Amino acid sequence: MKRRILPGFNLSLGYSLTYLGLIVLLPLAALAWKASGLGIGGLIELLRVPRTLAALKLSFGGATLAAAINVVVGLLVAWVLVRYRFPGRRLFDAAVDLPFALPTAVAGIALTALYAPNGWIGQWLAALGIKVAYTPSGVLVAMVFVGFPFVVRTLQPVLETLEHDVEEAAETLGARRWQIFLKVILPMLVPTLLTGFALALARAVGEYGSVIFIAGNIPMKSEIAPLLIVQSLEQFDYAGAAALGVAMLAFSFVLLLVITLLQRWSHRWAEVAP
Amino acid sequence: MTLELTRLNRRFSDYPALNDVSLSIAPGEFLALLGPSGSGKTTLLRILAGLDYPESGQVNFNGKDYLAAAPRERNVGLVFQHYALFRHLTVAENVAFGLRVRSRRARPKRQEIEARVEQLLKRVQLDGFGKRFPSQLSGGQRQRVALARALAVEPDLLLLDEPFGALDAQVRVTLRRWLRRLHEELGLTTVFVTHDQEEALELADRIAVMNRGRIEQVGTPREIYQQPATPFVCEFIGKANRLTLRREGARFLAGGWIFADEPWAGEHTRAMAYVRPEHLTLSTTPVPGAWRARLRHVYLAGSVAHLDLDVAALDHPLEADIASEDLARMGLQAGAQLYVSPSHAVIFPLDHDGKPVAEDRWLWRAGVVSPPVRLPIKRSEVELGAHRVDGGIQR
Amino acid sequence: MSRPPSRSFGWPRLLGRGLLTLAAVAFLIVFLLLPLTAVFVEAFRQGAGAFFDAISQDEARSAIWLTVLVAAIAVPVNLVFGIAAAWVMARFEFRGKSLLGAFIDLPFSVSPVISGLVYVLLFGAQGWFGPWLEAHGVSIIFAVPGLVLATMFITLPFVARELIPLMQAQGNEEEEAARVLGANGWQMFFRVTLPNIRWALLYGVLLCNARAMGEFGAVSVVSGHIRGLTTTIPLEVEMRYNEYDYVGAFAVASLLALLALVTLAIKTALEWRYGDEIASHAPGGR
Repeated sequence: MKRRILPGFNLSLGYSLTYLGLIVLLPLAALAWKASGLGIGGLIELLRVPRTLAALKLSFGGATLAAAINVVVGLLVAWVLVRYRFPGRRLFDAAVDLPFALPTAVAGIALTALYAPNGWIGQWLAALGIKVAYTPSGVLVAMVFVGFPFVVRTLQPVLETLEHDVEEAAETLGARRWQIFLKVILPMLVPTLLTGFALALARAVGEYGSVIFIAGNIPMKSEIAPLLIVQSLEQFDYAGAAALGVAMLAFSFVLLLVITLLQRWSHRWAEVAP
Repeated sequence: MTLELTRLNRRFSDYPALNDVSLSIAPGEFLALLGPSGSGKTTLLRILAGLDYPESGQVNFNGKDYLAAAPRERNVGLVFQHYALFRHLTVAENVAFGLRVRSRRARPKRQEIEARVEQLLKRVQLDGFGKRFPSQLSGGQRQRVALARALAVEPDLLLLDEPFGALDAQVRVTLRRWLRRLHEELGLTTVFVTHDQEEALELADRIAVMNRGRIEQVGTPREIYQQPATPFVCEFIGKANRLTLRREGARFLAGGWIFADEPWAGEHTRAMAYVRPEHLTLSTTPVPGAWRARLRHVYLAGSVAHLDLDVAALDHPLEADIASEDLARMGLQAGAQLYVSPSHAVIFPLDHDGKPVAEDRWLWRAGVVSPPVRLPIKRSEVELGAHRVDGGIQR
Repeated sequence: MSRPPSRSFGWPRLLGRGLLTLAAVAFLIVFLLLPLTAVFVEAFRQGAGAFFDAISQDEARSAIWLTVLVAAIAVPVNLVFGIAAAWVMARFEFRGKSLLGAFIDLPFSVSPVISGLVYVLLFGAQGWFGPWLEAHGVSIIFAVPGLVLATMFITLPFVARELIPLMQAQGNEEEEAARVLGANGWQMFFRVTLPNIRWALLYGVLLCNARAMGEFGAVSVVSGHIRGLTTTIPLEVEMRYNEYDYVGAFAVASLLALLALVTLAIKTALEWRYGDEIASHAPGGR
């Protein structure tokens, strides 16, 4: 005798599942089907091409580095926005969401214009002999840009609720500011930082629009994996595109799984005794 | 024409929230479901409201099968613990909600609704607050809005979930008295859930004490307090000193005090006695058989004083209550020598493992020979039985 | 309230604060605000006349029209889905609930390019339904339906993501109260549920719309880049940029940048005004 008190369960669940099935699951099944047609051997064969390997390495390596940079810078920005009061704080706080709001193609051409050898920033870097646009560094800049809000936005609510008395307790016990930060605050933030890292990483790995303009797309050097998928499709090489797509999804999945496990471990102090 | 609950069972994934619960509630009765958290009292209330369903059992109200009816068909008024006021509606709109959602045929005219809302707000002493939003009210005021909203649909049954739980102590006492008066005016069958024994004892016509999904005892506040049916009720309601009794020949003893004329004819070898603090008689001069005690500490609590007594003959210290006046008259101070003896006790026989034999209890009074009250084995049938024997509700 | 001595602001600590603030603000300006500024500066590099010429060309107009059309279909559909999914997720317990939650979030963790790819594999010439569609003269890939589908995929989680935590935090009680007071399902929904989630709903729709209009990777894969027919504004930006029409590209891009600014402004206003009714939420995807 199982009855639901509030109405609409069957209708809502039915609608949600149907819609999800048609829009998300069926198409992803098509991807799995196409890739499985190749077999494991065929899949590896397609992925072993040096150019593909280089692209995968750039996408995942670049995204990991970008997420790491975002953790450091994001912690700084979130800390300043939450803890300090200064003129224009709310404006800067709102600006953090710009990479969410700005369409990726727009961000891509804007970053390229800035970092090109004759751009506002690029000319100064060029004078120092540093080239950003059309190199792997350019890819990194775009990846940091798109992943930036994730770390800040996951950290902010946690920093706001961080109990002040813990810091004060540490202070009364004789800890210095930097000790308080390293030994008290940072450990409490690790799970949140990992969440932000994972979100920024997932975003940067798959990023396309903002990267392709600034990357220059030089094979073996500054080509990202999503671009190879697009190029395969343009040559109607569906199998190659599917293989690369599945490889990216699988790799992302493993990465996120590892991060989730790390996160659980670093958050073990929050587990409530039954 | 009663609300009849028969053998209700409700399991949550890992524990039984209701275990074979039966209860009957008379028209116009004000009944309290009292118990610690997790005892199943809220589950029982939600089943009455139609917000939860039992796996088995029946609920009948005036011959109507309640479980077959959806919540909206039951015509109950429910006051939620945290009120569940619609935060986007004004006080008046909240109260009118139940009338406005009726089908066109059953819906009163606009003026009628307005009049009824006004009348109800007056009744709950909130006239003039109709245009405010719930967030602009104090806790006690929100509580009364929730009550007015529940009453607006003219329910057959009023259900209150911890009605005073979220209020501070002062408001709580005021609202309690007010609710009792309101109930006397309206005469509406009312069931309320509480974990506060004081609230239940003061407000209710009858109390059902719940523990671990079972009803331990149903009775008037007086019965519950003076004739507790189980050790749980003794310990949960009021304070009680617990004494372990040993059999010696034909008598039960505790630290030398004799509980004479045991009624079980030697059937049980061990027993447990519960003695309320106010049922300990104190004397500064020796009394035959009484325990010798040393007064350790006096806690003055206004008209009553709580005394901590060390008794050499017993394994526990005792707690005794006396009127502050008597304390002054006897000139008692910490360290004083006293003689202590019980005047009333509830005694439960224990089996070999030291567990109470629930069917029996002995209401012992000093100097009175009293038979044990023998309770049937199935507690769920007790209430029905006891209720019928009583022939209605005792006030 | 007296502060312990070490809490008082000696000059080293003030200096530290100042330096940290300066570093954070400098990063935000150089890294976030500068690119935004660059869009507008580049768009007007050759004066207002060139700018207005660039955005009033036929291709620009049809791109704007197509972008609005795609969003006008994808956003309402995902709005309804978001409400239904949030209702199920926040109000009921059932087996497979966490799996459903994971599926709802799935589009956030899939590369936009892959989001487009899966539709090509489904409806493209060599896809599952490709031959059948071709035989019946229906085109989805390299046509408007493909753009709509890819956009629906990408923006699917936005509304649901906003509503689920809010509705979970609000709890079931108000709806239960409405039921006990005699409201039927739709009365409960329109009189109690909807008013309680309206600002969060608006918030979700706003983000959903911004993403729908600005999506690039997924639509790029399914579009086929047919000028005037299957190019949305972001694709028009790309094509002009690749043709070295920088002013034209930035002019059209500035329209999207403007949309982003308006979105951010409304979003921020909603957060300031109705912060409690939007609930704390994790950042909303790409």
